[in-house]
Amino acid sequence: MSKPLPAAVRTHFTALRALLVLTVILGVAYPLLVTGISQVAFSEKANGSIVKADGKEVGSSLIGQNFNLPKKNPDDPKEEAQPDPKWFQPRPSAAGTGYDASSSGASNQGPNSEDLLKAVNDRRAAVAAFDGVDPASVPADALTASGSGLDPDISPAYAKEQVNRVAKERGLPADMLNQLVDRYTESRPLGFLGNEAVNVVLLNKALSEQK
Amino acid sequence: MSSTLAGWMQALALVGALALCYRPLGDYIARILTTPRHLRAERGIYKVIGVDGDADQRWPVYLRSVLAFSAVSVLFLYGLIRLQGYLLLNLGVPQMAGHQAWNTAISFVANTNWQSYGGESAMGHLVQMAGLAVQNFVSAAVGIAVVAALIRGFTRNRTDRLGNFWVDLVRINLRLLLPISIVFALVLAASGVIQNFHGFHEVTNLAGDVQKIPGGPVASQEVIKLLGTNGGGFFNANSAHPFENPNGFSNLVEVFLLLVIPFALPRTFGRMVGDNRQGYAIVAVMGLFWVASTALLTFAESQHSGSALQAAGAAMEGKEQRFGIAASGLFAASTTLTSTGAVNSFHDSFTPFGGGITVFNMMLGEIAPGGTGSGLYGMLVLAIVAVFVAGLMVGRTPEYLGKKLGGREMKFASLYILTTPTIVLVGTGVAMALPGERAGMLNSGAHGFSEVLYAFTSAANNNGSAFGGITVNTDWYDTALGLAMIFGRLLPIVFVLALAGSLAQQQPVPATPGTLPTHKPLFVGLLSGVILIVVGLTYFPALALGPIAEGLTS
Repeated sequence: MSKPLPAAVRTHFTALRALLVLTVILGVAYPLLVTGISQVAFSEKANGSIVKADGKEVGSSLIGQNFNLPKKNPDDPKEEAQPDPKWFQPRPSAAGTGYDASSSGASNQGPNSEDLLKAVNDRRAAVAAFDGVDPASVPADALTASGSGLDPDISPAYAKEQVNRVAKERGLPADMLNQLVDRYTESRPLGFLGNEAVNVVLLNKALSEQK
Repeated sequence: MSSTLAGWMQALALVGALALCYRPLGDYIARILTTPRHLRAERGIYKVIGVDGDADQRWPVYLRSVLAFSAVSVLFLYGLIRLQGYLLLNLGVPQMAGHQAWNTAISFVANTNWQSYGGESAMGHLVQMAGLAVQNFVSAAVGIAVVAALIRGFTRNRTDRLGNFWVDLVRINLRLLLPISIVFALVLAASGVIQNFHGFHEVTNLAGDVQKIPGGPVASQEVIKLLGTNGGGFFNANSAHPFENPNGFSNLVEVFLLLVIPFALPRTFGRMVGDNRQGYAIVAVMGLFWVASTALLTFAESQHSGSALQAAGAAMEGKEQRFGIAASGLFAASTTLTSTGAVNSFHDSFTPFGGGITVFNMMLGEIAPGGTGSGLYGMLVLAIVAVFVAGLMVGRTPEYLGKKLGGREMKFASLYILTTPTIVLVGTGVAMALPGERAGMLNSGAHGFSEVLYAFTSAANNNGSAFGGITVNTDWYDTALGLAMIFGRLLPIVFVLALAGSLAQQQPVPATPGTLPTHKPLFVGLLSGVILIVVGLTYFPALALGPIAEGLTS
């Protein structure tokens, strides 16, 4: 028989066995258990809170989306997408070319960044012209990209700002759209957690169902 | 309700929940770490891995076990990432380059979770759950095991035995982390965090765009990412991603999870040393720093200074509408004070002073309350320094909890305190001296310097958050930050265990009228002062070049 292995080597074999046992418990059994229970108990949420319109899946209520006009030339990557005035518009997005759910992320531009300053000023002018309002009244969430780039929400102020434009484009009474915005304004959970928000995906889906 | 009032109530609710958990959870952890009884499942595991659960280890053996476990973990994870293409559920992601896989493997083993990759485009589900999430569990457990050994150094006398690492590791995972994770994974799944094994799922949006909706076992990983103060996001956007953190409720649950164990461990300490008041003194110091930091950071963000943020009218760049300023500030302060590094808003776009506070929080050394286990051992080392400083003032050999703090103990404590700043400052200095590495900055000037300083501070303190603008997926940064993470994790552990071994060998000295009481407000003040002086003197020049310069000029 050969000599027993030195202690330092044996410790590494112990470590490997410990890691493998823990991987089976924590890395396989645990996520399978949680998936099993979640799929039975909260399957709609566990599968991504998918929203359907006319029986077809149109996205997730948690993931924001673009509401742009079709591109004039779909093959031209340089052509900038234009917002469609018939829809409530979401916040600017730094995820891919905008609301790309396979590439979440933020702009990471600093508080004194020249690029960010220019982007904010340009957006303020563009949004004010688009919605036909005073540039000074455009709220901050309309001018800044979110952290995830997939923010499904806007502030109630930004939603209200867009009502007249959408009403005109769709030939719907503004009062009705104001009520719709109120209905889709989510107050803070438990009254004090997080922030008030209007879910643009759900609001626009409701809008598409108005006759 | 006004935003300000809601923000205060949210913070109060969090403090209340943490206070409620302090005693029961702290006592429970103490029981896990001290009971001689093994569960049947644990006996089975000891048999499989070939250890005697009743055999205590000397400190060098305990250390060797920690190091061996870390080394094997790095190699295993590196292999898993590199072989991803041959594994199940890989979603067809491209092969990760060697330097990036090395960086990632170290990052998760070192409880840092620095990510130079984006989760949804680089990781398949199997590597996330069987590789990364497993390290989220076990690296947190290693931290708690090491602090357990240090506390035993105080409680045991004239012995060279500090406990058994394998027993500590298995018990902390099975009795502490796993049960809490199961419960809260379901809480998160119920509030909208996804939990499935789908790949990307294509849908046509309302306005006709084609969008790829991601899938994955997110809730199960989200919980331990926070509970173990790890912070590695399943997705690139981390806890800002709506599938990781869908609403204000899940957000508060996540902040609670990342604070609950670090804030309960002082109770464990008090319980184990047989004087709960010692735990209260330590938790008071942690709480003071946490409250001050959260309040200052939220205030700075609500002032939205910085030319671009002024133009926007609020510091909403990089923040989610459903969280707003208050919930983002609360998360940012908590994540940088706990070595977690998960983010629900992007620190690079914070106001100059707000971003500066996140860097300062990490420079404190992740002690208020710090990472799971690592926060408490860091704080106890500083407590030893504080007692020593007080001893110098009156000219007598200091003692802490009946153990004399002589030359040997102070040597280890000093080495502990010098390690991280050395790594941070040398690393930042070298990066700034290299033109290619300087070019990695997204922003220029003082803010660009802050990006580099943040990166090394985050890596060496095992936090893992970033001023995300900087390009770090390069050979140089992956290698340099990998070294910063592994040395920033393991060297302090070496010194802590050596210190523990030295304390355990002593015969305790009885308290005399000259002994400094370490459970009174005086000591809380003294310890807080020592922390501020040590950190301030070490990092002030670097902070002055980055966030302070930017804040004063804008």
